[in-house]
Amino acid sequence: MNGRATIDVSGLPDHAFGSRSIMWWMTVCVIAIEGTVFLVTIASYFYLQGNEAAWPPPGTRLPGLQWPTINTLILLVSLIPNQLAKSAAEKEEMLKVRIWMSVAALFAVGFVIVRTLEFRHLNVSWDSNAYGSITWTLLGFHTFHLVTDLIDTVALLVLMFTHHGYKGRRFVDVSENCFYWYFVVISWLPIYAVLYWAPRLL
Amino acid sequence: MSAMETTPYALPDSDAEHEQLQKTWGPRRGPFSWFSQIDHRTIGRRFIVTAFVWFGLGGLLAALMRIQLAKPNNTFLSADQYNQIFTMHGTTMMFLFAVPVMEAVAIYIIPLMLGTRGLAFPRATAYAYYMFLFGGTMLYVAFFLNMAPDAGWFNYVPLSAPQFSPGKRIDIWAQLVNFTEISALTVAVEIIVTIFKQRAPGMSINRMPLYVWSMLVTAFMIVFAMPAVMVASNYIGLDRLVGTHFFNKAEGGDVLLWQHLFWFFGHPEVYIIFIPALGMVSTIITVFCRRKIFGYTAMVLSLVATAFIGFGLWVHHMFATGLPQSGQSYFTAASMMIAVPSGVQIFCWIATIAMGKPEFRPPLMFVLGFVAIFVLGGLTGVMLAAVPLNLQLHDTFFVVAHLHYVLIGGAVFPLLGALFFWFPKMTGRLMNERWGHISFWLTFAGFNVTFFPQHKLGLVGMPRRIYTYLPETGWGPLNLLSTIGAGILALGVLCFVVNALYSMKRGAIAGSNPWHAPTLEWATTSPPPHYNFLHLPTVSSTEPLWDHPENAPVVTGLALKKREVLITRLFDAEPDHLYLYPGTTPWAFLSAVATGGMFVALLFTPWALPIGVAIATTTLLCWFWPSSPRDEGEAPEQP
Repeated sequence: MNGRATIDVSGLPDHAFGSRSIMWWMTVCVIAIEGTVFLVTIASYFYLQGNEAAWPPPGTRLPGLQWPTINTLILLVSLIPNQLAKSAAEKEEMLKVRIWMSVAALFAVGFVIVRTLEFRHLNVSWDSNAYGSITWTLLGFHTFHLVTDLIDTVALLVLMFTHHGYKGRRFVDVSENCFYWYFVVISWLPIYAVLYWAPRLL
Repeated sequence: MSAMETTPYALPDSDAEHEQLQKTWGPRRGPFSWFSQIDHRTIGRRFIVTAFVWFGLGGLLAALMRIQLAKPNNTFLSADQYNQIFTMHGTTMMFLFAVPVMEAVAIYIIPLMLGTRGLAFPRATAYAYYMFLFGGTMLYVAFFLNMAPDAGWFNYVPLSAPQFSPGKRIDIWAQLVNFTEISALTVAVEIIVTIFKQRAPGMSINRMPLYVWSMLVTAFMIVFAMPAVMVASNYIGLDRLVGTHFFNKAEGGDVLLWQHLFWFFGHPEVYIIFIPALGMVSTIITVFCRRKIFGYTAMVLSLVATAFIGFGLWVHHMFATGLPQSGQSYFTAASMMIAVPSGVQIFCWIATIAMGKPEFRPPLMFVLGFVAIFVLGGLTGVMLAAVPLNLQLHDTFFVVAHLHYVLIGGAVFPLLGALFFWFPKMTGRLMNERWGHISFWLTFAGFNVTFFPQHKLGLVGMPRRIYTYLPETGWGPLNLLSTIGAGILALGVLCFVVNALYSMKRGAIAGSNPWHAPTLEWATTSPPPHYNFLHLPTVSSTEPLWDHPENAPVVTGLALKKREVLITRLFDAEPDHLYLYPGTTPWAFLSAVATGGMFVALLFTPWALPIGVAIATTTLLCWFWPSSPRDEGEAPEQP
């Protein structure tokens, strides 16, 4: 009734990047969930639009285009330090990780500040009409992800400045954190198009 | 006791390793340690017990409804009480029992079936459990304060809108959805990641047990379905709390938006409940017919097809809302199409039973009961998929009968069979077989006596959700029969529960594999040690224990003093790298307290959001920050 040893795993590495790691798969699942939230909310947006003869409804001004467009540019540029941090993490170069993660976090802070201006120039309140409700909610959902990811990034960044950072799997965490930032950026593009261009073009 | 003697997967002379692993993976000791435990067996057990407590309460509510309806003009319950009770019954059974209990069983069984040391992200499992516990507690506290939701388990607007439902009842329903869906989504992610990355070496995807397949498919359905109901419940919460207009027609809102969002979740929900049961059925049939399942590939493809089609059916709940005819035709066709993959599975099971040597022991009896009841429920489902009949029967007791045939027949019977089957693994003792048979026949007979007459009641026009009816309708006798059936059904469930409680202490000792089952959960002792497997098993087929009744091939080299798990590759499950699980922590519990507190406070003020997020974030940071060796997965220092 005894087993026999066939595989010795003691020599395997203690971490791996990308789709080999369970952190990557968790991040993919979270992206799937949150992507579904965005899709359902965008679907609601167009569903509600179908009830109105004009969009935004008569008496409601168009949302300001200036701040969100600036913000979109900030987000797109933030992909550069984000990618540099990701590559550095995968090469396990601590100094570069610290530098580029800090830069990426600063971009995120800038983005959150501009986001408050964006809210102020939506030119509608959430309780004015259904258009205002869905606009605030869609922008609110994205902001929620943005802020949670910013907190996550800062916490991880601080960790990388301590002795806890010198572990292979912390570099995996950095890499996956950067991966998630890609989602925050890329999911913003359709939301930007829906919130600011759909009322102008459709 | 040496834990290794009874399994073919243990290397000789491993007592020292066993001792060390017990220390590394063991529970935390000391006062309040109950709140710090994270391992999947402990949390899985609590999850199952908690779900059954809600099941018992939901059943009691059903009994109250049956008493009220037993005769015409009954005054046992008032209209308002009845509204709260049917809403609570549906909400409890769908949100607090059916989905959670299926995930709960998976939390316990899946890591064992995969041959790994735990469920990925163990602290999140504990968090998910507490969110589930707090959500249900909030709902029942509200019920006892006479503040229970009363707009039905699908909470239709405009009835649930602020102008027609003042007070906090509907807000409580909306927050309950947030609690339970966060819990369900968390567990779903863990299940997906564990199945993808922690299978035993050699368990390539074409060797995954069908129960594992069914939970994988279910978890993916949860990922794509649950967000819709969370979005919807937040819309209604915002409408009620801060005056948005999602469902207010006067300001451009739309009541049907609610129905679309709700049923985009609500229909897949049925399959989220039912697909795990399919995996349980395949597992039990394999074991008690003593042969491989017939048509493994067809079974897997049917599970996947059911999941895909399940997302394309939601509008058949809305045929009475006046949709375009092309839409009705499409959704009728899709609704009928789902009978095809279900049928494939039924035929594969019949073939397996016919070609095997069935032993009619209680788990198989529950499964056979499932086949009979579920086929009937499926047939009424095909009937309801047809628009003309659907319009005639919409909101009648025919629908009540149909949904109970599908949900109780499709999920509860396999679940009871599976619990009977896995009970010895979880407790080390067998349940009593004679009482197993008695509880099966009582539930089977009671179920049919309760719900079969309701088909007829629906056909003769009895609407659902009425608290009483007049004698002239002639509905009295069948309602009385139905109430008597409910009593028998309750007796059957009670027998099962008493049998379980009694057997936990007095049942026959099970040994590692009492049923001579082929899958890996039986390759370790009963109940399993804290680390699940002394040496991780490897497999070369879907029935590893039948291949290797002794001298089974195992993995060596995992760390003893750290919570190390083996990560394998996605498709072929070759060993890839090692990963450290974090140890026990109170912060998962405290994070759930913080988020749960925020949800409850949001019933009253929107300011709970910023304050609650700040507190919850603090607890989450404490959760993630490695402040002790335990947080890095190392064994705690021994005194």
